[in-house]
Amino acid sequence: MNALLVRLLVSRIAIAILTLLFVSVAVFLGTEMLPGDVAQAVYGQNATPDAVEGLRRALHLDQPAYLRYLLWLGRLLTGDPGNSLVNNLPIAELVATRLPNSLMLASVTIVVCVPMSLILGISSAIWQDSLYDRTVSLATMSLVSVPELVIATLAVIMFAVNLRWFPALSYSAGLLSLNQIFQLFALPVFTLSCVLIAQIMRTTRAAVIDCLRSSYVETAVLKGARPMRIVLNHAVPNAIGPIANAVALSVSHLLGGAVIVETIFNFPGLGRLLVDAVATRDMPLIQACVIIYCAAYLFLVALADIAGMLSNPRLRH
Amino acid sequence: MSVDHNNTAIEAPAQPRRRLPLSLGGMVGATIVAFWVVVAIIGPYIAPHDAGALLDDDLFGHMRWKFPLGSDYLGRDVLSRILVGARYSIGVATVATFLAVLMGGSLGMLAAVSRGPVDMTLSRLFDALISIPSKMSALVLIAALGSSIPVLIATVAGIFTPGVFRIWRGLAINVNALDFVEVARARGESTAYLIREEILPNISGPVLTDFGLRFMFAVLLLSSLSFVGLGVQPPDADWGSLVRENIDGLADGAPAVIMPAIAIATLTVGVNLLVDNLPRRWSSTVEH
Amino acid sequence: MAPLVKVDRLCVTARDERGNNRAIVKDVSFEVQRGEVVALIGESGSGKTTIALSLMGHTRSGIKIAGGSITFDGQSLLDMRSRDLSIVRGRDIAYVPQCAAASFNPAHPLLRQVIESSQIHRVMSAAEAEAKAIALFRELALPNPDHIGQRYSHQVSGGQIQRLLAAMALVTDPKLVIFDEPTTALDVTTQIEVLRVFKTAIKKRGTTAVYVSHDLAVVAQMADRIIVLRDGIIREVASTGRILTQPRNDYTKILLAAAKPRVRAATNGIRKETSVPPVLKVMNVVAGHGAVDERGIPAVPLLRDVGFSIKAGSTLGVIGESGSGKSTLARVIAGLLPATRGEVLLNGTKLPRNAAHRTRDQLRRIQIVFQIADTALNPARSIGRILGRPLEFYNGLVGDKRRRCVAELLDMVHLPAAVADLFPSELSGGQKQRVNLARALAAEPSLILCDEVTSGLDTVVRAAILDLLAKLQRDLGVAYLFISHDLSTVKAVCDEVMVLYAGQRMEYGSRGALHQRPRHPYSDLLISSVPELRQGWLDGISEMMPKETSAAIAGVAGGETCRFFERCAVRIQGRCDVEGIPVRLLSKGAEIRCQRTEQELIELFTP
Repeated sequence: MNALLVRLLVSRIAIAILTLLFVSVAVFLGTEMLPGDVAQAVYGQNATPDAVEGLRRALHLDQPAYLRYLLWLGRLLTGDPGNSLVNNLPIAELVATRLPNSLMLASVTIVVCVPMSLILGISSAIWQDSLYDRTVSLATMSLVSVPELVIATLAVIMFAVNLRWFPALSYSAGLLSLNQIFQLFALPVFTLSCVLIAQIMRTTRAAVIDCLRSSYVETAVLKGARPMRIVLNHAVPNAIGPIANAVALSVSHLLGGAVIVETIFNFPGLGRLLVDAVATRDMPLIQACVIIYCAAYLFLVALADIAGMLSNPRLRH
Repeated sequence: MSVDHNNTAIEAPAQPRRRLPLSLGGMVGATIVAFWVVVAIIGPYIAPHDAGALLDDDLFGHMRWKFPLGSDYLGRDVLSRILVGARYSIGVATVATFLAVLMGGSLGMLAAVSRGPVDMTLSRLFDALISIPSKMSALVLIAALGSSIPVLIATVAGIFTPGVFRIWRGLAINVNALDFVEVARARGESTAYLIREEILPNISGPVLTDFGLRFMFAVLLLSSLSFVGLGVQPPDADWGSLVRENIDGLADGAPAVIMPAIAIATLTVGVNLLVDNLPRRWSSTVEH
Repeated sequence: MAPLVKVDRLCVTARDERGNNRAIVKDVSFEVQRGEVVALIGESGSGKTTIALSLMGHTRSGIKIAGGSITFDGQSLLDMRSRDLSIVRGRDIAYVPQCAAASFNPAHPLLRQVIESSQIHRVMSAAEAEAKAIALFRELALPNPDHIGQRYSHQVSGGQIQRLLAAMALVTDPKLVIFDEPTTALDVTTQIEVLRVFKTAIKKRGTTAVYVSHDLAVVAQMADRIIVLRDGIIREVASTGRILTQPRNDYTKILLAAAKPRVRAATNGIRKETSVPPVLKVMNVVAGHGAVDERGIPAVPLLRDVGFSIKAGSTLGVIGESGSGKSTLARVIAGLLPATRGEVLLNGTKLPRNAAHRTRDQLRRIQIVFQIADTALNPARSIGRILGRPLEFYNGLVGDKRRRCVAELLDMVHLPAAVADLFPSELSGGQKQRVNLARALAAEPSLILCDEVTSGLDTVVRAAILDLLAKLQRDLGVAYLFISHDLSTVKAVCDEVMVLYAGQRMEYGSRGALHQRPRHPYSDLLISSVPELRQGWLDGISEMMPKETSAAIAGVAGGETCRFFERCAVRIQGRCDVEGIPVRLLSKGAEIRCQRTEQELIELFTP
């Protein structure tokens, strides 16, 4: 059976790589759909035919599309996606200053959220339909359906304006004290956590409850097992697959949410860079940022699938 | 034969059909959704002021009789702007979701009923498309095409189509595997008949639930886009734009920034409440 | 001595989807003496499982014990706190559930679950429990008893799972064991092995047991005393012998009558009308899933070279266990799963393999009725519309004419005309199956493919549907292909019988011939495995029957080898698993496919 598992894993990873290639084509085509011409767009009103022609050549715009794609892909893979059209800085450098901040934001959020949402999810499955369960369910249902911008707005009003715990929307460059770092991360992490906890908790609860309805749980009850043993020994091991899947999927959604949250809190991350690039139509920068996000997303989704496979006893044994 | 008749008489558990019951949460959700839909339709006609007029000298004015929800960063009436903005927030999301359901739903059912190569081609295509996160697709498309209402509708519809396809196909495949569809197929019925008469009526409930959830996600996505300045463009404004343009009032806790945020929250929570409380399998009991 | 279990005026209610409480067990009182096996017998909805579970103080969700008392070994179960109840469960009372595979946690190895109750109650050390479990595995005739416990539930067969569940129940030496339909999901040839080891284990220990079943013949082998239930009320309580020979209650009599095979076939034996082509002729059909090779053999063949014919107005029974390809056969004939090789002829005319390429008249002449009445009717359409559609589709009937025709059809299947306005969810299982039949009749077919049409139904309803099928055949002259796993049903309605095993036609002959030896070894196993409605049958059957074995097929050289090889009691190693199977015509008139000659079979199967 293990050979089968290995084959499944290998094919899953191959699919992820193929999909990433597909995504790169899609992103390339998407950004090439721009009406008019990048060169024209850069110079705008003051374009002289010579200057436009020169830039076109420099950007390889005179080459056929597939060649430009291959050139672009090659540069991307070698870590040199070119320069920004807007400020002419190397994109690699722009990304390098922002990416660590975003990664930090995501990791802090995951570390805060995952244990908390698992505890909430499993406990409300144990005390299903109790007052506790209903309160938690209602709260997470509301959080899931509210956009990050609303949570962020309300969080600022509550914690920054009314309670004055944190500065509302400030980020000063330069050296940061530990306290400043905490203040910088607190509200963005809080906002992202609300959505993430809600999503993971709901899936966890559903997965555990689903297992609790199964025949083997009834069998365990009739063997005289106590509720704690039933949940931890019988339900949770079978819910690990769906839960791991939910965690990875929710974390991948976190990427999209981070774009918004970084913008709201003026947080110097990759998401903010991307939104600014879209606003200024800085195509090479957009391409690079989107590919990074998509790669991270695909990696997490593949991880979710693999977690599901590994936790399936039918495949493991 | 005596056993036979006897038995038919005994085992008739005739259950009267009845209307679906909505729980309290469902009623609350339905009421909120109905309220906002009505506002989206009649909003501009009941707005107390011109939504674009600069009326209040006091910027970020507090709530008072003349401006029930305060005034914004230019001194415009927030209530009127929310009433007018409802049309953009709800309208664009509705049209986009509807288009996505139309495309994804019909292709999904076609794939399920046709099986074989048609199903495989469509499924592969949409599986590939679904692997791009929705916010990324939106950003790329808006960067390429610029932001306008038609582009927003097309973008959101395009992004949601693969997901709708997947759900509809899955539901239709479940029904398609049932014996009554096999009976109809053995009878020689056409694909169109199978979709219309055998499959559609039996997936209408879950499909409606899916529509509700997708509408909610459309509202979330559109307001997020507007919030980062890539959605509905000035002078028009949806609720996301309202939050954005008044963000400077956040430090003072101005109603101009809180109220549109609350409008978004009530709408999306309302939809989710309604959808969450829909009966599990109402398709077969409601259909006549 | 006081009885081990005393149930007094037990009432149980269930909450339906509208939130109303409905009584499902009404005023039930009985006792179970120490060392006694008591059977609870009844059809679906009789409350038998509910009662069995309440003996452990357990109710499923939505179900509540509304009154009465249950005394177990001097303790009042219903007054106990849940902590105290869980001390009794698994230690003093054990349960052998029905849905076997699902009753094992897929995440843990089997042995760990088998000994779990002994560990929860700390009655012995883990090592002792494991040794005891392995001894039980050996006693219950499980293959490879020392290592089977390391496996997971998806790695063992249904019959083995059921024995593992019994070991799980017995490991703590409980005072009472509850068996809840333990063999219902098994094939008949597996059921008999399981029943035999269960019976031996119970006898050896003098176990007190409650045995829940819907099958009188099975219960007759296992129980000392039978409690007959219907609609939550006890109809009759008596010793097994008395229930079988002198039933007093009317319902018990109906149950007994329905369980005894009664021949309803229109014709006896094969009519010799060679001038008219048979209504259906199937020749050398191969079908399955996956890629098809150049010889027309699919990657996963479900039917291997099957052929037969059905005369107008007669019935061919197709019998086989799960995986025999019998349902596939119906789908191939209907054109839903196109054959990859071979031909299907309707009245002497070749039919296109795919239904999509058949003419409307060809489609009309063959109708199919499925096993599960629930899923065969579109829940979103009224009965009138469901029955009206074939009338409109094939005959262009509309409006008033169609409505009259629907009423006639309903009358034909003994349903009132008012049913036309109802929806499928408002009908009972038997009524739904009647509507399914009526829909097939609406096309005025010459052949109806009946795929396990009575399997989902209770004994009494099943008998009524069989009567109806026979009557319709007499009145309308329609032919049936009657697929079933249940030998007594096939006996009751068929003129000819075909025995399928793993997609191969093992035996084909008249109904009468099937009951005479010599038979194909598989037919023999199948027929002798059907429990008979008399006490002591299980103890009396010959030990000649093979155990579950698993010998690998040595190799396949040319032609199809016998698929029954692995389980055959009289197989010839080196021949059955290597050579193609010859078709032999036996002197009783039936054809079999077997390496053994008629003479050999006669000698081998003579006790």
